[in-house]
This record gives sequence, C-alpha cells and structure tokens, in this order.
Amino acid sequence: MNIVVCVKQVPDTATERKLRSDDKTLDRDAADGVVNELDEYAVEEALRLKEAHGGEVTVLSMGPAKATETIRKALAMGADKAVHLHDDALHGSDALSTSYAIAQTLKKIGFDLVILGSESTDARTGVLAAMLAERLGAAQLTLASKVEIDKTVVTVERVTDYGHDRVEATLPAVVSVVEKINEPRYPSFKGIMAAKKKPVETLAAADAEIALDQVGLANAWSEVVDFAPAPPRAAGTVIKDEGDGGAKVAEFLASKKFV
Amino acid sequence: MSEVLVLVDHVEGEIKKVTLELLTLARSLGAPSAVWAGPGYSDAARARLAEFGAEKIYVADAEEIAQYVVAPRAELLARLVADRSPAGVLVAATGEGKEIAGRLAVKTDSGVITDAVGVGDGFVADLSIFGGGVNVRSRVTRGTPIIAVRPNATPPVAAPAAGTEEKVALVLSDSARAARVVERVTQEKGGRPELTEAAIVVSGGRGVGSADNFAIIEELADSLGAAVGASRAATDAGWYPHQFQVGQTGKTVSPQLYIAAGISGAIQHRAGMQTSKTIVVINKDAEAPLFEIADFGVVGDLHQVVPRLTEEIRKRG
Ligand SMILES: Cc1cc2nc3c(=O)[nH]c(=O)nc-3n(C[C@H](O)[C@H](O)[C@H](O)COP(=O)(O)OP(=O)(O)OC[C@H]3O[C@@H](n4cnc5c(N)ncnc54)[C@H](O)[C@@H]3O)c2cc1C
Ligand SMILES: Nc1ncnc2c1ncn2[C@@H]1O[C@H](COP(=O)(O)O)[C@@H](O)[C@H]1O
Repeated sequence: MNIVVCVKQVPDTATERKLRSDDKTLDRDAADGVVNELDEYAVEEALRLKEAHGGEVTVLSMGPAKATETIRKALAMGADKAVHLHDDALHGSDALSTSYAIAQTLKKIGFDLVILGSESTDARTGVLAAMLAERLGAAQLTLASKVEIDKTVVTVERVTDYGHDRVEATLPAVVSVVEKINEPRYPSFKGIMAAKKKPVETLAAADAEIALDQVGLANAWSEVVDFAPAPPRAAGTVIKDEGDGGAKVAEFLASKKFV
Repeated sequence: MSEVLVLVDHVEGEIKKVTLELLTLARSLGAPSAVWAGPGYSDAARARLAEFGAEKIYVADAEEIAQYVVAPRAELLARLVADRSPAGVLVAATGEGKEIAGRLAVKTDSGVITDAVGVGDGFVADLSIFGGGVNVRSRVTRGTPIIAVRPNATPPVAAPAAGTEEKVALVLSDSARAARVVERVTQEKGGRPELTEAAIVVSGGRGVGSADNFAIIEELADSLGAAVGASRAATDAGWYPHQFQVGQTGKTVSPQLYIAAGISGAIQHRAGMQTSKTIVVINKDAEAPLFEIADFGVVGDLHQVVPRLTEEIRKRG
C-alpha cells in the first residue's frame, strides 16, 4: 500500500506569530518552524498502518526551503521517503491553491491512501482533506479517531458533533486524523541518523504540472483586507478569595445580568 | 435583493441554534434562503426557518443525503449556486460545516473563509487568529463568497418571512457516494446545551483534580444553564469525555460567558475560547496566564470557590 502523509511546517504556537505588513501573509521567518503538531498523529497512523499491512510511507510537504527540517523529523519517525514541493510561486497560496498544488503532486507521485492532520495550527482552516478528496475524486474519510483497513476497504470512526459515525470506503481514500487517534512516537537516535540518508525529492511547480495562474498570493481566491493586533482586553478585576470569592463572582455575574 | 444561501445545520431534523444565527446574519447581507439537506424536514422546521427570516427554503430531504460523508451536501449547494447565483453562502463553522464549505469552494471555483466571527457588507469576514492575538478582515475575491461562521457570532433575532418551500430533487454523483456511513452513534447529550452553541460554558482543568470532582463543575454549569467544557489536561486524564475538550484540538467556543476553573491558560486552550465575550477565571495560582484575559478573576481554591458560587447563584435564582 502506498501511503502518502501530508505534513506542514508551522510557526511554533509557543512563540508570537505575526502577519507580514507588506503582503499580509504569515511571517514564516519571524518564528521557529515546527511540525504542525496534528500532523505527527498523521505520521504515526501512517507508520502503524504500514507496520500492520505493509507498503511504503511517503512524506509530502509543500513549503519554503526550511520545511526540510519538518520533513526530516517525519522521516526520523520512520517514514521511508519524502517529496518536498518547493517553489517561490507557491508563496501566499490559500486553501484552494494549496489543495490544488498538493492534488497535482499526489497525481504525479501516486497514492492509495493519503493521511493528513485535521487542521494546521497556523491556517486552521481544516478544509484541506475535504478539498483533496473533492479534487482527486477519492473517498473522504476525515476527522478519524480510528482507522482500520481490510484489503482495499478502509473503515474509520469519524468524530461528529453528536458522537461518531462509522464510515466505510474503498481505496483510494483521503483520511484526516484527530489527535486522540494515537500517541505519536519520538524519533529514536537511530531514526534520526537514518533519516539523513533517506531520499527527499524536491519538486518545483512545473514538475508537478501545477499551473502558475492557480497558485500564489496573486491568484488566491480570498484576500486579507486588513489586520490589527486584537485590542488588549480591558484589565479585569482579580480578587483573592477570603471565603467570599464565590459570592463576589456571583455579584459580578449579576452585574452583567448573567444571573 | 440577491439571495444568500444558508445551509441548515440540524441533527435528525432538530435545527441547531447556529442556523438561526446564520439566518439573522444573512438578513443583513441579502434575502436569506435556507437550504435543507437530509431527512427530518417537517412543518415545524419550516415554521422555525421562516420565523427567523428565511424567504425561501430549498428542501432536499432524501434519506440518501445523510448516508454519505459531506459530499452530497456540497453537491446540493453547488447546484443551487449554479442555478440561483446567490450573493454568498453561509454555513456553520463546525468540523463538518467547514468540510462542506471546502468541497463547495472547489466545485464552484470560489473562495472560502472559515471560522468567521462576523460577516459585514460585501461579505467581508471578521476573523480572530493566532489564538486570539490578531484580528483580521478577509474577503473572497473569486467566485461566490463561501463563509463558515462560528456559532455565537451574532444573537439570533426572529423576523418572520415567507418561507416559501421549493423541493430539490438531487441525483448524487458516484463520487459523492464514495464514503458511506455504516453506523451512526449519537451520544446522550443529557440536559445540557451543546458546548459550541451554549451561551455560557463552565470549564474545568487539571486543578479539578479527579473525575469525581467534576461534579462541582457540572453543578455550577447547571445552576447557570450552561454547558460543561474541559481542558486537555482534564480530558487526557480521563476525568471528562474527550468531546468536551475546549481548545486548539478540541471545540472552539465563543459564548457570552466562559468560566474557567483550575485551567492555567495555555495558548492551545486559549485558541478555543479567547473570543468569549466575558471571561471569569478561578485559579489558586495568581500567576496563571488565563488571568491576563479575565474580566473577573478569583485567586483561590476552586474546591471552595466553585461550590459557594453555585450556592450563591441558586439563592439568587
Ligand atoms: C498539539 C497540542 C494541542 C493541544 N490542544 C489543547 C486543547 O485543545 N485544549 C487544551 O485545553 N489544551 C490543549 N493542549 C494542552 C495545553 O498545552 C495545556 O497542556 C493544557 O491546556 C493544560 O490544561 P490545564 O490548564 O487544565 O492544566 P495545567 O496547565 O496543569 O493547569 C492547571 C491549573 O490549575 C490550577 N489549580 C490546581 N489546583 C487548583 C485548585 N485546587 N484550585 C484552583 N486552581 C487550581 C493551577 O494553578 C494551574 O494553573 C494542547 C497541546 C498540544 C501540544
Ligand atoms: N503546505 C502543506 N504541505 C503539506 N500538507 C499540508 C500543507 N498545508 C496543510 N497541509 C495538511 O492539511 C492539514 C489541514 O490543514 P489546514 O486545512 O490548513 O488546516 C494539515 O494538518 C496538513 O496535514
């Protein structure tokens, strides 16, 4: 089975994240790049499926040069090889462009199963997996908290607002995973060393037959009109409980008409 | 006035509050048309949608639509977009709503904006990003604006309209039938409002200390008619079910009032609650970062403060 896992490099959520004042895109140089945490669960699930059913795990990441750090991390966890889609023309791509570029790349490299995180911590759109399924005509098995495979049939438990659905499809399929699905492994020393030798193929847009008028900031389907730091919340009142803390909160709630 | 399509969010026929909010919002943007997808449509549903301003109601209530993941609803909306050329489409920014929006965007070659906390003239959407640190206004520049709006973005206001019904017969494509729902498990939701929709949320974190102790959080919630939430530390510990987790990898809530007890306020937690209108924090550590965004805070032991607060609210109620 040919499993491709989509991994994104994102600015560390623990650091201050910014938009660039010039083109209003995410400032990827201002913060350290880390693996989108949710994608570690996707990598882990890919590795477990490979361990159970055989096959190969390919990491696919679209991003600037420094995204190679993120790719190495996924390889160190145990993925076999990687494809890095890297082209300056892709800068500023929105969800539609990104899904298009990744779908084109997937068509080129081939896949049985694509696994993604449920959302990225920077864009947080959570739409990429659904868009890929639409573009590739593959089954959408998203928001999975459990994945099972029996030959060519994939069954997932899909987290819903009301509980969960069991959903079934035949390969090829696009899966996205939620973070309760597994516990991602830490790369071992051996894994880190081995990752240095694993093949990483770098593709430019043209290599994946990505039309340049469908990607990048200038061709995005949406734009940031303006942005500003959220006004600081007016400093609130903080009191120390002297036995009357509960009553004081109740008074506050009453003053705001909540009780 | 041009039409604004509003996808009705319902669970087996029961309309969610967010739908009424979207209809309210749609009225400021054009003439709202509700789109009903899946079984469960009824006269009561029609009346409710009309009460909140639906001029038209497109009804595709075939059983089949609910039997496959997301794609059939995107197909239905895409067809209506093609036939009616609406000014825009609003869906609820739930996990599933965003996926519908995403597929619809691809199908109609249109831009999509997710997690809007408001939508203004020209479908300019307000967003709160980076865990609430930055406010952004965005708009769609190609195709029909498709916007996924967070629950609680606007209070629902009734404004009766015609609610003219129009049946839509949808023939699903093969690819819309690729992912089949073989079993649907609905969790007991008990008497409490749903977390993402609730006007008040009371959340407990590691400071609560045990699963049993969550009873005091539930009692406070019940005294206020609130939903219960939890931090990841609490759900990971197994003290409270996972679907009640608030934050980056849990639910995003935006209630009128958010009360956090025994939660430190890690960025991942804040990402899920920072747009709450009023925030109350109870924590024994005066340095807990969540105090920075509190409108009212109590430094103290939640095991003392919370039961007293509940008692006090009951007295006033
Ligand atoms: C990829 C990723 C995703 C994540 N997603 C989420 C998410 O969706 N939601 C989320 O919440 N977290 C998430 N986290 C975890 C987050 O980083 C924090 O670890 C978590 O929010 C901490 O929960 P907490 O505040 O309950 O616990 P702690 O940080 O341990 O804080 C407990 C607080 O309780 C106080 N306390 C203790 N005892 C008492 C008492 N008796 N009375 C009053 N106060 C008391 C303490 O002073 C402390 O401030 C995520 C982390 C990662 C890496
Ligand atoms: N540039 C990218 N390269 C590879 N995978 C990506 C990229 N952007 C998003 N993804 C994948 O899509 C998922 C959802 O991202 P998003 O739709 O941005 O919230 C992520 O968890 C990743 O698995």
